[in-house]
Amino acid sequence: MRIPFSAMLGLGLTALMVLAAIFSPLIAPYGLNETVGKVWENPSAQFWLGTDTIGRDIFSRLVYGGAVTIFVALASSALAFSMGAFFGFLAAVRGGWIDTGLSRLVDVMMAVPSLIVALVVLSVLPLTLTTLVLVMGVLDSTRVFRLSRAVAADIAVMDYVEAAKLRGEGQVWIIFREILPNAMSPLVAEFGMRFIFAVLFISTLSFLGLGIQPPLADWGGMVRENKDGLIYGKSAAMVPAIAIAVLAIAVNLVADWVLSRTTSLKGGRNG
Amino acid sequence: MAKNSMADLLEIKGLKIEATSYPPGEKPREVVLVDGVSVSLEKGRVLGLIGESGAGKSTIGLAAMAYGRGGVRLTGGEVLLNGRNIRGAGPVTLRALRGREVTYVAQSAAAAFNPAKKLMEQVIETCLLHKVMTRPAAQARAVDLFRKLGLPNPESFGNRYPHQVSGGQLQRAMTAMALCPKPDLVIFDEPTTALDVTTQIEVLAAIKEAIRDQGVAAIYITHDLAVVAQVADDIMVLRHGKTVEYGSTDQIINRPGQAYTQALVSVREIAHVEKPPAAPILTVDAVTARYRGTNFDVLKRVSVDVAPGQTLAVVGESGSGKSTLARAITGLLPPHQGAVTFAGRRLSPDLAGRSRDDLRELQMIYQMADTAMNPRQTVGTIIGRPLEFYFGLKGAEKARRVAELLDQIEMGKGFAERYPAELSGGQKQRVCIARALAAKPKLIICDEVTSALDPLVADGILKLLLALQAQEGVAYLFITHDLATVRAIADKIAVMYRGEVVRYGAKSEVLAPPFDAYTDLLLSSVPEMRLGWLEEVLGSRRMESAGN
Repeated sequence: MRIPFSAMLGLGLTALMVLAAIFSPLIAPYGLNETVGKVWENPSAQFWLGTDTIGRDIFSRLVYGGAVTIFVALASSALAFSMGAFFGFLAAVRGGWIDTGLSRLVDVMMAVPSLIVALVVLSVLPLTLTTLVLVMGVLDSTRVFRLSRAVAADIAVMDYVEAAKLRGEGQVWIIFREILPNAMSPLVAEFGMRFIFAVLFISTLSFLGLGIQPPLADWGGMVRENKDGLIYGKSAAMVPAIAIAVLAIAVNLVADWVLSRTTSLKGGRNG
Repeated sequence: MAKNSMADLLEIKGLKIEATSYPPGEKPREVVLVDGVSVSLEKGRVLGLIGESGAGKSTIGLAAMAYGRGGVRLTGGEVLLNGRNIRGAGPVTLRALRGREVTYVAQSAAAAFNPAKKLMEQVIETCLLHKVMTRPAAQARAVDLFRKLGLPNPESFGNRYPHQVSGGQLQRAMTAMALCPKPDLVIFDEPTTALDVTTQIEVLAAIKEAIRDQGVAAIYITHDLAVVAQVADDIMVLRHGKTVEYGSTDQIINRPGQAYTQALVSVREIAHVEKPPAAPILTVDAVTARYRGTNFDVLKRVSVDVAPGQTLAVVGESGSGKSTLARAITGLLPPHQGAVTFAGRRLSPDLAGRSRDDLRELQMIYQMADTAMNPRQTVGTIIGRPLEFYFGLKGAEKARRVAELLDQIEMGKGFAERYPAELSGGQKQRVCIARALAAKPKLIICDEVTSALDPLVADGILKLLLALQAQEGVAYLFITHDLATVRAIADKIAVMYRGEVVRYGAKSEVLAPPFDAYTDLLLSSVPEMRLGWLEEVLGSRRMESAGN
């Protein structure tokens, strides 16, 4: 199997960022909230990416912030997938009023822009990491629901599923042994996409001040803290913004590759 | 066959066609689809191309207009049309000749027509594009063709949209489309394969008449030798992209030279002696069924029964309710009146109310083996699951039984590790048979199990089913539209038409006169493997209708 260059690049960058997030205390030269230099210093040998609006090392904050951003995005995508895929499969397999009920509920949720719902909910609820993950996960699960319902509905009418029903198999076997293995490929590719949207979403929330709260840092929050520097030609706000873009592109490249390899439902050993 | 190559309209010499194959997880490789095929065709003659799927017949047909489907390349030989080589010709040359000198009739007319445009627009489109004739002239010609092809109300037929006419009419409309620009050559690619036999005969007659009338040359592609025998002057038998035999229709049908051709000619000549009647294992009593949310009965008081170890064939054209009967018996579509009794027990109308033994003893085999098997499960898992589910077999014991079943379907135990994608069409259907057999059923419902297979492969499956019936004493309810298959395996026959059983009884009774009108039509529409059959049938029908 040959991995194309774009996918290699994506895999490399993603791995680099994930590793940096996992080993952040070992990599970051300074503490997260340590004021170590002057305000908005330019990049130098001492401060690789310069310092921020109150003189903290941007590189260190980038590494710590990456860990928070990636963790929150990953946790909320995982939640969105477990919920969305479970209910989506259930709706497709059971049909009838379960399908109608769930689908209309999702329609209602999707009719209101997620950002507005998130802003309202988060301004009422206490702002903790758990709330953030829950709110984002539930909002995102509507998209996963739609996809998994569509994919499972295609599979549920196949003769092999009918054969399993005629054999007398239960719901659990049908969902996990007949449908899930055939639905994995589109779902895996979609996971990459949803993860990226989660990264962008949490960054947006933090930029608006309703996401990650100090003393924790994340990339969206860092853009917000340093945005005034742009007026004075300081790069401090650009660095976390570029980090968000690079992560988004890297994961997308991997997701594209997964999708292009596995769009066929025909199967095979390596499919 | 033409000897004077100067007079030939089409001459293909040593044609080689290649494509790149991308097997999952392997390096792409070049495959030769057609190798060293040569044909010649005079004006006004019809060449039949015949062979199983993958023989390269459609590929050769399309090569006659220098076209290769996605990724297919014409890499060698010559395609001489009206004396000039068009293989590798530029797009301008090709555009000028396609739809003008050579036209094409596709298998599925329903998929080939644009549903948003009226038929007339589509039929005369190529005439106008190539400026062959003016719009009024083209329309007049189209109406003339509609009339010759026996379409209803030829004057206004063109005002209809594709969905407003039947499948057989649409296929004839496409023939009109192909003939409209007065081409030299028409390629018919399985034009009657998707049609019911009763419709097929009409379309076949119309096409034959039109070819003769217009004096065009034609290439007629099909997998059914009996069909091509009715329309072609010459026949080329193809296999794996190579010519097996090429000769006049008379020679191919009556004196086939090659073993493969002989096998094709004598296919479905299985001698099956009807078994004596016995007490039934399955009784379907006055079953009426409709789909949810409709008030139209797709099954109307259907009563049939099946004896243990015997075969009931249910025949009829598409839409006659054959498959619905299977769904009613299996409980997928609970009948709203009537009863199904199986092995002395009255079956619950819906699936959920049935015991595990009810489910186990009544198995089903599907038409499309492709979609009947989970592509992510190995053959071992597919066959092993009923063993595990019904009999609790595990580990070595299950593996031993799977190997046994693989032996029974004449495949080795080496297949247990394979995935469905790694099997041929016939092997897939065999695995489905093994899966049904694994449950030790008393009755297997076979829903068009041989319809999607090539004739020789289908023959093998039928022989296997008969052998298994003798071994295991299993009864079959065999749904099919193919009367040759019925003759080969049935003990009893039920003829269905519009949801009703119109004729029912032992095979010898059902297939012997006096016939009711529908059975007569059905039986006389099945193409026979001899020259002149089509004219005979049409002649006798004309006489009957004149007599009335």
